[in-house]
Amino acid sequence: MIFPSRDFKVLSGFSSDLEARGVLCSPEPGTPQGRAMLTFMASDSEEEVCDERTSLMSAESPPPRCCQEARQGLEDGENAAQWRSQDSEEDLDDADRYVCSGVPGQPLGLEEELTLKYGAKHVIMLFVPVTLCMIVVVATIKSVRFYTEKNGQLIYTPFTEDTPSVGQRLLNSVLNTLIMISVIVAMTIFLVVLYKYRCYKFIHGWLIMSSLMLLFLFTYIYLGEVLKTYNVAMDYPTLFLTVWNFGAVGMVCIHWKGPLVLQQAYLIMISALMALVFIKYLPEWSAWVILGAISVYDLVAVLCPKGPLRMLVETAQERNEPIFPALIYSSAMVWTVGMAKLDPSSQGALQLPYDPEMEEDSYDSFGEPSYPEVFEPPLPGSPEGELEEEEERGVKLGLGDFIFYSVLVGKAAATGSGDWNTTLACFVAILIGLCLTLLLLAVFKKALPALPISITFGLIFYFSTDNLVRPFMDTLASHQLYI
Amino acid sequence: MTAAVFFGCAFIAFGPALALYIFTIATEPLRVIFLIIGKASEGLKSINPDETAPSMRLLAYVSGLGFGIMSGVFAFVNTLSDSLGPGTVGIHGDSPQFFLNSAFMTLVIILLHVFWGIIFFDGCEKKKWSALLVVLLTHLLVSALTFISPHYGINLVSTYIIMVLMGIWAFFVAGGSCRSLKFCLLCQDKDFLLFNQRSR
Repeated sequence: MIFPSRDFKVLSGFSSDLEARGVLCSPEPGTPQGRAMLTFMASDSEEEVCDERTSLMSAESPPPRCCQEARQGLEDGENAAQWRSQDSEEDLDDADRYVCSGVPGQPLGLEEELTLKYGAKHVIMLFVPVTLCMIVVVATIKSVRFYTEKNGQLIYTPFTEDTPSVGQRLLNSVLNTLIMISVIVAMTIFLVVLYKYRCYKFIHGWLIMSSLMLLFLFTYIYLGEVLKTYNVAMDYPTLFLTVWNFGAVGMVCIHWKGPLVLQQAYLIMISALMALVFIKYLPEWSAWVILGAISVYDLVAVLCPKGPLRMLVETAQERNEPIFPALIYSSAMVWTVGMAKLDPSSQGALQLPYDPEMEEDSYDSFGEPSYPEVFEPPLPGSPEGELEEEEERGVKLGLGDFIFYSVLVGKAAATGSGDWNTTLACFVAILIGLCLTLLLLAVFKKALPALPISITFGLIFYFSTDNLVRPFMDTLASHQLYI
Repeated sequence: MTAAVFFGCAFIAFGPALALYIFTIATEPLRVIFLIIGKASEGLKSINPDETAPSMRLLAYVSGLGFGIMSGVFAFVNTLSDSLGPGTVGIHGDSPQFFLNSAFMTLVIILLHVFWGIIFFDGCEKKKWSALLVVLLTHLLVSALTFISPHYGINLVSTYIIMVLMGIWAFFVAGGSCRSLKFCLLCQDKDFLLFNQRSR
């Protein structure tokens, strides 16, 4: 199916190639795009090692070097980190929080406007899944007791927070954070190493294992707890059938082909499951400090020249090779118009927004890295020769971003008074941060981390709402005073 | 304190706001962003450089709605969630219509914010300081009226009267007129008819 996308210029929007978890990239029309790397996160549960979600980042070819390198570095770092130990969940963050901008140095004016205009559309395309994920997490937290009960901690946070003094507790949470972050950094570096030495099969296998664990084990636990909460009995054969179908279809959708909406739904669900695991097993203060530290690390790793993520991006760019199927949420499809030879692949592209072959093929015609050429937008709606390719790229956001956004909102819903005002304030804060991040992406057109702004706003809103606004609004509501 | 109370009050308070959102905002991504970001829209305004006037009104409407929804939600959502739990309303002698009253009050506050937003923005645009002052004073008046909370009758009725007045004022400020209203109601509005016949 080919859509002549009348208003869609290739320049706007976000490149589907670039994303890693948390990486939003604006598409660069005509920039050959590399493949994304998978980042994998392993999370630990009390019983066993959990796998972490991976995010796919596609690197773009040389011209937007900064973007791509950062992205690649991000991905690689995350992947390496994950496969190495089974424990780092933080890798997600690394990969995730990249926001890549598409084309640097575009002439302003019309393109800028279009960028902003379509940027708005893509912002909304991201609002919906982020909102859905947060809704699932908050609904579960508020109804299923299991995820708010303290039942041990991950091995990455060995220090307990049941200490007699506040200072000790603070110290323990900082130490927990340091351990987590160092695990993440180590995994990232391992990922870079793995990618550099081309251990693709290893990466691929690890990715599959991680998805298996998430789709089957965590789903089983989740389903069990939900059934317990609502006191619904389910016999084992039915349970087995349900979990098997859910997991198998999920594996197929995520790693192979499937309808886009189903893919998106599965990605949202597994992000929510991971976020719930974090909410359950991270002690309170540690969780907040970790969120802050992850944002800082993300910022540093993406923007510093020596960051592992940047190195990853560089490597992938040098090789200009496709990356493994990503665990990146993709909100739209890629299709091409007017390229006869690409027709069959563009059909596939509808199903696989980030199918390596598809994307690569579709960019073949854009082989030239020179932006001005590619950027000459063909007349909208006028199918011309083969150079006329209109692609709609969706926005892609790494799953780690989903996870950490949901962790923040879920923690806000779970802790203390269980106040709805706080939860809603954090939710709005994250959406504002996401919006601003995308705006910055459109303005700067280079790789930007996607976590810092949202998490910062979220933390500020959480603490101020919980401590200042909540008592005030409670009193007002109980006396029915309206301001 | 049943599900019926919960859903009833929820829809009373947020139904019109949700309807406004779905029918006027949800289809346009830019408007959604306005809603989230509120007044920080200078950059977004650059997208429509040739239509400043309508976009300002649109911005006024959307930000009024956004403020209204946030204020209504913050005021009412904790009460709503309490209404799902166990309890007896007014067991200590308070009014048993606590939830209903809160719901109606929330509704009127949301609508008032929408109208105030439109009037306020227009007042700022045209430098009509009297409009700004009136908006401010009516807001204070409505809040002060809630202080007499046990006497729901006076409180609610006067607030609704103020809302209707503000609504009429906002309608004229936004460019409506009796004629356009008549056309709209009698389905003689050309644009509306064209819109309906678009698919043919």
